[in-house]
Amino acid sequence: MKELLIIIISSILVDNFVLSKFLGICPFLGVSKKLSTAAGMGGAVIFVMTLASAVTSLVYKYLLIGFRPHYDFAYLQTLAFILVIAALVQFIEIMMKKFMPPLYKALGIYLPLITTNCAVLGAALLNIQKEYDLLKSTVYGFGGGVGFTMALLIFAGIRERIELNDIPDALKGLPITLIAAALVSMAFFGFQGLFG
Amino acid sequence: MLYEVLIPATIMGGLGILFGTGLAYVSKKFEVKTDERVVQVREVLPGANCGACGQSGCDAFAEAVVSGVCKVNGCPVGGDNVARQIAEIIGVEAEAVEARTARVMCRGDLSVSKVKFEYEGINDCAAAASLYGGPMACSYGCVGLGNCVRVCEFGAITVENGVAKVNEALCTACEKCVAACPKKIIVMVPKSSEYAVNCSSLDRGNIVMKNCKVGCIGCGRCVKVCPVNAITLKNNLAVINPELCTNCGECEKVCPTKAINRHRSQIFANVG
Repeated sequence: MKELLIIIISSILVDNFVLSKFLGICPFLGVSKKLSTAAGMGGAVIFVMTLASAVTSLVYKYLLIGFRPHYDFAYLQTLAFILVIAALVQFIEIMMKKFMPPLYKALGIYLPLITTNCAVLGAALLNIQKEYDLLKSTVYGFGGGVGFTMALLIFAGIRERIELNDIPDALKGLPITLIAAALVSMAFFGFQGLFG
Repeated sequence: MLYEVLIPATIMGGLGILFGTGLAYVSKKFEVKTDERVVQVREVLPGANCGACGQSGCDAFAEAVVSGVCKVNGCPVGGDNVARQIAEIIGVEAEAVEARTARVMCRGDLSVSKVKFEYEGINDCAAAASLYGGPMACSYGCVGLGNCVRVCEFGAITVENGVAKVNEALCTACEKCVAACPKKIIVMVPKSSEYAVNCSSLDRGNIVMKNCKVGCIGCGRCVKVCPVNAITLKNNLAVINPELCTNCGECEKVCPTKAINRHRSQIFANVG
């Protein structure tokens, strides 16, 4: 239990996917303009990441390395994981269209883009690298998703305030956003070494 | 052979088939009934998801077009061809949408308006306009260096003798020229409107007279003569409201400087 707690806290704060590992920067910059869409996107990513971590963990354990020591198909992991993630995103898209049309519309192009969100694939691959079992993988995926959402929400709040400020012309738009992102990222480095 | 190729291929293929059938089942079960026209419109769109239309992507645009939020010619990438196809799909409703065109509210070409100085800088209206308001004596008029020509993807704008002109038969109302003009003298009007005050000068009458022979001097005769009160005079400039205008032509008859004139290109377009 203690180990799970450490996994969840470290994936949210210490090893935050966006701010410490710099994965999933595209949606981080793309969807963080408004708090409401950021929350929706974050929810979708939490869902995809948790499920993807669980399913990929199973696929890896029982399919790719299930025939060890005779045969080892671990080299298929990237291919297989992308397939799993793409299928999950499609599934969520269908569900969202049916049950949450406003959110579906608000996310627009970013929902299919979760497919190629490297944070999701990163979580799946890191689970293998860290040799987590099914439960730990799922928890790690969930924590990563929560961390992503938190980064997105913090940043959406910051960007909404930036909008209201008088910024030099040359820095308007993406430049000031990237500077702000760098500052938030530096702040998160303060968590480094929290669990020795 | 078996373990190097066949089994990995079977694993990946099996996963693919498993997810494929699962998704097919789910998409059938949770199908959302969408307007057939949305799907059809989506198919004729370029599919670049560029967002130039102002929507979040081609899917959103297709829906916006069918629900009437966007115009059929709202996709600048697809251009005329796509606009026509969308109009066909939506059918009668497309005709109900008023066709608009860009119009340059300045007729001050080099034969009628004075030049303040010779400009030899870079070939860009905004750059020229930032230098003492541009080379033309009238600081409100067309600079004539063709920023609008360059942004127009349909070749509808030309610069003739120092003033931009819109070929209304080619204009798709994408409004790119409106944004590109540093003087803000290109406006969107319904294609059906034939009369306009082709001047943007807010100068007093005597200054307008000095700078340009075809400018609006703000005399107000058109305002008085208009039978439907479609013309208002504000800041020394008469403006015709195209929504009220009945194209009767009374204002053109009384305008002393001929700033008000009929759009000949529009007449040709109707005949052709």
